[in-house]
Amino acid sequence: MKIYEYQAKEILRKSGIRIPIGKMAKTAKSAAKVAEKLNKKVVVKAQVHSGGRGKAGGIKLAENPQASQDTAAQILQMRIGGLKVKSVLVEEALNISHEYYLSFALDRHAGKTIVMASAEGGVEIEEVAAHSPGKIYKFHLDPAYGLMDFQMRRTCEKLGLEHRMAKEFSEFMKRLYRTYTENDCVLAEINPLVLTAEGNFLAADAKMDLDENALFRHPDFLELREASEDDPIEVEAHKKKIPYVRLEGSIGILGNGAGLVMTTLDMVSREGGKPANFLDVGGGSNWETVKNSLEIVLSDKKVKGVFINIFGGISRCDEVAKGILEADKALNIKIPVVIRLSGTNEEEGRALLAASRFASASTMEDGAKKIVELIEGIGKKV
Amino acid sequence: MGILVNKNTRVIVQGITGKEGQFHTRQMIEYGTKVVGGVTPGKGGTRIFDLPVFNSVQEAAAVTQADASVIFVPPPYAADGIFEAAEAGIKVIVCITEGIPVHDMMKAYRVVKEKGIVLIGPNCPGITTAGEAKLGIIPGKIFKPGNIGVISRSGTLTYEVVNSLTRAGLGQSTCIGIGGDPIIGMRFKDGLKLFDQDPGTEVVILIGEIGGSDEEEAAAEISKLRIPAAAFIAGRTAPPGKRMGHAGAIISGNQGTPQSKVEAFQRAGVSVSDTIPQLIEKVREMVKAPV
Repeated sequence: MKIYEYQAKEILRKSGIRIPIGKMAKTAKSAAKVAEKLNKKVVVKAQVHSGGRGKAGGIKLAENPQASQDTAAQILQMRIGGLKVKSVLVEEALNISHEYYLSFALDRHAGKTIVMASAEGGVEIEEVAAHSPGKIYKFHLDPAYGLMDFQMRRTCEKLGLEHRMAKEFSEFMKRLYRTYTENDCVLAEINPLVLTAEGNFLAADAKMDLDENALFRHPDFLELREASEDDPIEVEAHKKKIPYVRLEGSIGILGNGAGLVMTTLDMVSREGGKPANFLDVGGGSNWETVKNSLEIVLSDKKVKGVFINIFGGISRCDEVAKGILEADKALNIKIPVVIRLSGTNEEEGRALLAASRFASASTMEDGAKKIVELIEGIGKKV
Repeated sequence: MGILVNKNTRVIVQGITGKEGQFHTRQMIEYGTKVVGGVTPGKGGTRIFDLPVFNSVQEAAAVTQADASVIFVPPPYAADGIFEAAEAGIKVIVCITEGIPVHDMMKAYRVVKEKGIVLIGPNCPGITTAGEAKLGIIPGKIFKPGNIGVISRSGTLTYEVVNSLTRAGLGQSTCIGIGGDPIIGMRFKDGLKLFDQDPGTEVVILIGEIGGSDEEEAAAEISKLRIPAAAFIAGRTAPPGKRMGHAGAIISGNQGTPQSKVEAFQRAGVSVSDTIPQLIEKVREMVKAPV
């Protein structure tokens, strides 16, 4: 679960990590107010879940409140990486002496945390990795012991930091590691980690990815998620704890099991259709979950037809059928729906749906073909 | 034959008195699995399905001589359940629980690796040796004993494949759902090696999905093995940067793309089918082909 820079910085601040003074603003006017209060040169930064903000023109300096208002107005109209910019972060501009890079991240292959540090901060770390991999110092942490003092000393040595600077950097590192573990981060990346002319280390930028599985330990993060999600239907689905991803197409998809739903999307695409979403009703789901899920799929107005693909293992096909009928009762579905029910209680499920006007399919491949034909009126030969 | 579990495997269930635990324990027993007891802290001394319930895994293991444990414990306590089973000397741990925090799993993963324990999952449907034993939640009735091994990151998609195999008259040896989380115990590579040593398995099906690099890792291993494999990858059309249901099913930058997985398998001489029916046909040819 990615959060915005301003949200990540708030978490850092609470953990005692120095950040530039500033505030998030949703309008150009309030951006000007923040700049006025800071009473110095500011930087206006687009808040959006996309890399390359700088290159896209989403990060700009402004000399005075009027300039920051104009800049904010400009940035708030932008789309970066296809995403609309809905807020900006207005911060004091720093006197930069040097830019470093530091991150803690899950290395899923190793099953451990990987630490990366570099004296070449300020550019995308992938670029540094491509051009001069020797300039990134990497090591894994033993999950039983965490970050050790000698590892921090060695990092400072590799980064060419000495004496007081090494001590300060180590302190920063220790706090960032604590933030990373205490907040169940999958990624905590500071780039650039700025050494100012005044001799302080600050997190000038922050990227944080939080573990959704750990939300039960951080109930306050739910708010962060809502504020940082872009799609209103995704927000609604996640409130109901339904895994849903909105896509670009017009064929609504509902299935059970992540792998099966992904394959359903693949099969629909293979037939020339464009899926509108990913939705997993889950294993052993009752009719109410099915009804809620179908309502979510249909709340996307781009949806011109729906393919429901269920393989009943623990889920019972009759329960799914009941959910579909209940959703239809509530919504009076007018668009084409193709239903494939296989597995546990499939006969009962099909019997329940026999009287409905929905089309049925015997396999996933057959269902994918049918829904594409129904929507487009043309079948694509494979 | 088959691998890791059979009709003689002595199984305990952690979380046996919970809703999920009860439901699936009953199904496991009905399938013929030798379930010898269960664990629920605070309910030691009681009985369920005429089996003893213990307060700790240590006690359960000592009394029942269990070889394997299936975990149906809620996410906040599941990693602890893995630790407890490992500590008690259980050699095969199957963790069904979905939603374990990744920081907890890093610690649990370290312990099972250190002790050389087989951990299947978490966030997995479990393991079934056809006609002998099922540890987990894979529906028993879709199986038919035979010589095809199945190893998969998915749940329902695996049922779909096994069901299709059975309908095509192709029986299975063992089917393992290794789980959809970023950190899992057994990986494709580990399962492949076990199937390779099983005289009862003739062909292995690998069902991968987007995210991570376990498929690539397995592909690199396969040329060293005798066993032929066929593969399927879910999420071929998934957009990058979006978590597709499973916590581990996400394309991050250029990591975990379906292209990379398909190419890795193809380079290793493993055919990757585009649809399930094609996969079943491929396997049928492979079983028939003289080795």
